[in-house]
Amino acid sequence: MPHTNPASPILQLRGAQVAYGQIQAVKGVDLDLFAGELVSLIGANGAGKTTTLNAIAGTLQLSGGSMSYGGDSIAGLPAHKRLRAGIALVPEGRGIFTRLTVEENLRMGAYTRKDKAEIEADMQRVYELLPRVKERLQQVAGTLSGGEQQMVAIGRALLSRPKLLLLDEPSMGLAPLIVEKIFEVIHTVMKQGVTVLLVEQNANLALGYSNRAYVMDGGKITISGSGQELLHDPKVREAYLGEIA
Amino acid sequence: MQTLLQQIVNGLVVGSVYAVVALGYTMVYGILGLINFAHGEVLMVGALVALSAITFFQSVLPDLHPIAYFVMGLLVAMPVCMAVGYTIERTAYRRLRNAPRLAPLITAIGVSFLLQTLAMIIWGRNYHSFPQLIQTAPIEIVAGVFMTPVQMTTVGVSAAMMIGLVILVTRTNMGRAMRATAENHRVASLMGVDTNRIIALTFIIGSALAAVAGVMIASNYGVAHYSMGFLPGLKAFTAAVLGGIGNLAGAMVGGIVLGLVEAIGAGYIETWTGGWLNSSYQDIFAFLILGIVLIFRPTGLLGERVADRA
Ligand SMILES: Nc1ncnc2c1ncn2[C@@H]1O[C@H](COP(=O)(O)OP(=O)(O)OP(=O)(O)O)[C@@H](O)[C@H]1O
Ligand SMILES: [Mg+2]
Repeated sequence: MPHTNPASPILQLRGAQVAYGQIQAVKGVDLDLFAGELVSLIGANGAGKTTTLNAIAGTLQLSGGSMSYGGDSIAGLPAHKRLRAGIALVPEGRGIFTRLTVEENLRMGAYTRKDKAEIEADMQRVYELLPRVKERLQQVAGTLSGGEQQMVAIGRALLSRPKLLLLDEPSMGLAPLIVEKIFEVIHTVMKQGVTVLLVEQNANLALGYSNRAYVMDGGKITISGSGQELLHDPKVREAYLGEIA
Repeated sequence: MQTLLQQIVNGLVVGSVYAVVALGYTMVYGILGLINFAHGEVLMVGALVALSAITFFQSVLPDLHPIAYFVMGLLVAMPVCMAVGYTIERTAYRRLRNAPRLAPLITAIGVSFLLQTLAMIIWGRNYHSFPQLIQTAPIEIVAGVFMTPVQMTTVGVSAAMMIGLVILVTRTNMGRAMRATAENHRVASLMGVDTNRIIALTFIIGSALAAVAGVMIASNYGVAHYSMGFLPGLKAFTAAVLGGIGNLAGAMVGGIVLGLVEAIGAGYIETWTGGWLNSSYQDIFAFLILGIVLIFRPTGLLGERVADRA
């Protein structure tokens, strides 16, 4: 896959730290995302991946280090303003509004937008990308299957027209066929020009789709490289791809 | 039979006011898990502010139609109560969002005392007679069943407020954001919702409803005073619990049911107890219901969510 590295990154973390009270969960992370890339962040349970994504989306704030987006520092900016700036997060566990209908969930994604006609056009695009969602528009979202909920969560994030899409374990708990489908959707979104940062347990699949990847362990980045390099890195294969080296 | 019909009519009038006030409790509970015990006091502020506004307009603009003064009273009371509701949320509750559940509850009671005391300082301890701007002569609506124009206005205005609120919550972007925030603050903020703003709006809307209810109560009974918010507040809270706190439809159903039980109970309590209790004991029904619901069905009539926060 082509390596798109324009001069300056769209997102840059330097020495980023995040703490939950006394517990330091992210301990100085350097990370760069360039426009149009699909980058994955893999690592064991408790490595700090979700914490990192939440800090980028603004539901957690950094306790140290810096974060810039489009060249400007976004430290201290609350989550709702980061969404307006173009950063959307599909949270771990999907974060569906279970009492709202599927359509209402999708429209929540467009909450900050005023361009009515464009919103309707984007709704149509989401239906094309995720036909399963279209069949269930009026259904209460809490009654959807896990895979369908994940589709709604992705569609909802797309309706904000993000420049940077963060996905936290979109394959969690889903059957292999659905997982393939979701990765195809993510790849399509990337092809349409959205920068994607993907957190995954399913490292094999994620690395295969990624331009670049970071491996996180104990709150730090331990390895980084292109998706293919990491796929063939013996340490990565041993630790995260379930192979004995 | 006529007594029963008459009590049903009376019950609907009172119940529609309970419903409007109960909506304020239930909206705040739905979005914050907080019981805003100061809500009843907002109702009292609405009635007293309307009284002052009406008195003022009657002196500077004499000879207007009585209904005009009534509307002016409402139009002054509503924004004042909205400001009071916003101030309560902003200054007292917001900083306690992540505090243990007892802290906001005690604060709510404190705010309640504060508002009563302020009202006592401003309007004094006396009962004020509230001008009867809408006709109070009963009109026979069907054989032997009477309703006063002020009662009709009460039901009409309450119904309009409820319909307006339901449309706002179910059909607008803001209402959708309120429901989303009620379900999950964090995810709502990920959708670009300024959840602090939505929570403030919830208090503002609930307070506007309380203002209207306060003016209605004062108009029906012809009096207003600094402690008039306590009992309707407690009854409306009962109605919200009865319907299932956090649930809008539940608050409306609970309000109407409570009004009916109370009115029918008041009409028959003397017969039932062989003259031992009379209609001035009607308040026991509300609290009997509150006790029974909390013991046997704490989720209320329509509630599915367990009320796990005080
Ligand atoms: N709300 C919280 N309060 C305290 N500690 C937390 C909290 N959330 C996460 N942690 C801790 O922070 C560390 C990183 O957690 P995080 O959820 O970011 O890991 P993760 O890499 O996403 O793991 P997983 O793959 O299991 O989702 C863990 O040690 C976790 O216990
Ligand atoms: Mg995680």
